[in-house]
Amino acid sequence: MKSYLMGAVSSVAILVSGAAVAGPEAEVLHWWTSGGEAKSVAVLQEEFAARGGTWTDMPVAGGGGDAAMTALRARVLSGNAPTAVQLKGPAIQEWYEEGVLADISDVAEAQGWADVLPASIAGHMKCEGTWCAAPVNVHRVDWIWANAEVLKANGIEMPTTWDEFNAAAEKLQAAGIIPLAHGGQAWQDATVFEAVALGILGPDGFRKAFVDLDKATLTSDKMVAVFDQMRTMRGFVDSNFSGRDWNLATAMVMNGEAAFQIMGDWAKGEFLAAGKVPGEDFLCLSVPGDGFLYNVDSFAMFDVDGADKIAGQELLAELIVGQNFQKVFNLNKGSIPARTDVSLDDFDSCANLSADDMAASSANGSLLPSYAHGMALRGAQSGAITDVVTAHFNSDMSSADAVKMLADAVANSM
Amino acid sequence: MTKWLEENTPKLVLAPSFLAVLVFVYGFIAWTAWVSLTRSRLLPKYEIEGFIQYERLFASPRWDTAINNLFVFGILFIVIAMVLGLVLAILLDQNIRTEGALRTIYLYPMALSMIVTGTAWKWILNPGLGLEAMVRRWGFEEFTFDWLVNPDMAIYTVVLAAIWQSSGFVMALFLAGLRSVDGEIIKAAQVDGIPTWRVYTAIIIPSMAPIFLSAFIVLAHLAIKSFDLVIALTGGGPGYATDLPATYMYAMAFSRGDIGQAASSAMIMMMVVFTIVVPYLYSELRSKDD
Repeated sequence: MKSYLMGAVSSVAILVSGAAVAGPEAEVLHWWTSGGEAKSVAVLQEEFAARGGTWTDMPVAGGGGDAAMTALRARVLSGNAPTAVQLKGPAIQEWYEEGVLADISDVAEAQGWADVLPASIAGHMKCEGTWCAAPVNVHRVDWIWANAEVLKANGIEMPTTWDEFNAAAEKLQAAGIIPLAHGGQAWQDATVFEAVALGILGPDGFRKAFVDLDKATLTSDKMVAVFDQMRTMRGFVDSNFSGRDWNLATAMVMNGEAAFQIMGDWAKGEFLAAGKVPGEDFLCLSVPGDGFLYNVDSFAMFDVDGADKIAGQELLAELIVGQNFQKVFNLNKGSIPARTDVSLDDFDSCANLSADDMAASSANGSLLPSYAHGMALRGAQSGAITDVVTAHFNSDMSSADAVKMLADAVANSM
Repeated sequence: MTKWLEENTPKLVLAPSFLAVLVFVYGFIAWTAWVSLTRSRLLPKYEIEGFIQYERLFASPRWDTAINNLFVFGILFIVIAMVLGLVLAILLDQNIRTEGALRTIYLYPMALSMIVTGTAWKWILNPGLGLEAMVRRWGFEEFTFDWLVNPDMAIYTVVLAAIWQSSGFVMALFLAGLRSVDGEIIKAAQVDGIPTWRVYTAIIIPSMAPIFLSAFIVLAHLAIKSFDLVIALTGGGPGYATDLPATYMYAMAFSRGDIGQAASSAMIMMMVVFTIVVPYLYSELRSKDD
């Protein structure tokens, strides 16, 4: 009797422990550890738990994702990849070529992702025709932010051509205001550069230069003009810009010390956090020229073993692209949802403008990946271009020399 | 058994550390050399492709800047830190009353991490916050000291901060050397009426040659592996004007997913170290044979 009881107890125990490990499981590697971002990830965690999943958080902060990538390399080399990893752009395909990504086409097709995602963004989420990643948001990179009061006091409208921008900047400079708030870090130089390049080269030229790395476009006269405009812009920043963080540059626009900043829409988060109202205290407009440069965060799904982990992966993918998460996350982060069927009533005017422009650009083929934020090219190539851009911006190099250096650097990075 | 143990205990005790050094130092040097001959990008690959990574490295203007900076930084840093350290040591050696306190003050920067030194100097040298702003507020409106944001001068701010950090340590080395010179010889020289400066140049400094060598080796390896100071002080900027080989290697390996390129730059750095260390080892070993 006693042994029978013991047997019953232990079989119950086995059943219970069996129930505890079953159900979807996911280990998620990301570097969203600061304020708004951490809050946004918590939303995803709650949804995942509500559907019976077990979430193992693996946040690795530092170096803008460099530290997380190092952790990922170690995990993959040891044959124990996380379920999902925050990855973006061509890095997804680069990892796919190492043969470590999973196929989540079943979820993508069941949820109809192809119908709700803009085609060029969906392209980043596919690896040789199968879906391998889930998009989270769309940051627009080619924004000009401005202090509304400063512009009004100096009788300046938001510029719609680079000549207008230059004229406005000279007027502001004469009035003793720093025209362009900028931080001299390589990626910020690259952000301004690609905004200028989009305006001067146009969407087709931009695609040829920074997606296809077409040599003729990289060495064209228009590219010389892009560097000329960069040299002009160098005259519009203050002498103390070296090494300044982007949010300090945003603060300069906020307190009226500077008039404009060219930066992605994460700058909006800084304005909103300081209680500024879009359209009243600060203005947002896309940089002169057509097109839309996007920076899309996404989660790539890695090959994992075990039914519970695969179930977790599929559930995670479904939730990430789900309407609720896309809305809540992007309200927190300042970006817009990647899927186009989310109601934007709760979003501010800049986000609505961004969404309208995204739809329009997607229709006419000018929805383009940002090179400065690792969406258009692999690390070695985009890094080589950024080296030239920042070397030119921070020295007295001529535009012709810069163009020659650009072609050489791109060839050398292959 | 005991006899065997007696004979082999030293070998047994040394074996684990010997093995660890063999694998983790020489093994990984060999691994890096191998990877530097491949086309590795995101993850290491092992098919040898020849010297392609070295060709890319030497064609890269950024690497040129990094190597030039290493020579400018290394030479200035080593020479100035040694001269300054020697002068400070000689001045402290004059039997002054507060020697203990002064020695501590000069040695203290060495207790700071390079990150702290770099951050402090970044603020001091920032034209909008530090020295330049302060002097301008005193009424000298035309005063400029913008080395930190001037691409041609920024590398000298790294030299400045590194010297501030290390010259106290060099001073302590030299002070120990000065104290170890035989007092009898100095007294004999003084009896002969030889002026103090001649005592230093003709007797004391030549007898400190081994100390110079140690100081040189310590400073040279600090210079070549410098990384944290540049990251904290300038972040490699403006542009990449203050890049050093170590920061170049980091960027390639960890930011750009270009492991082959990082490995080849690491090999070149190692060769630079070898050109300094091998003659030293050679002279050390030879002097033991004598």
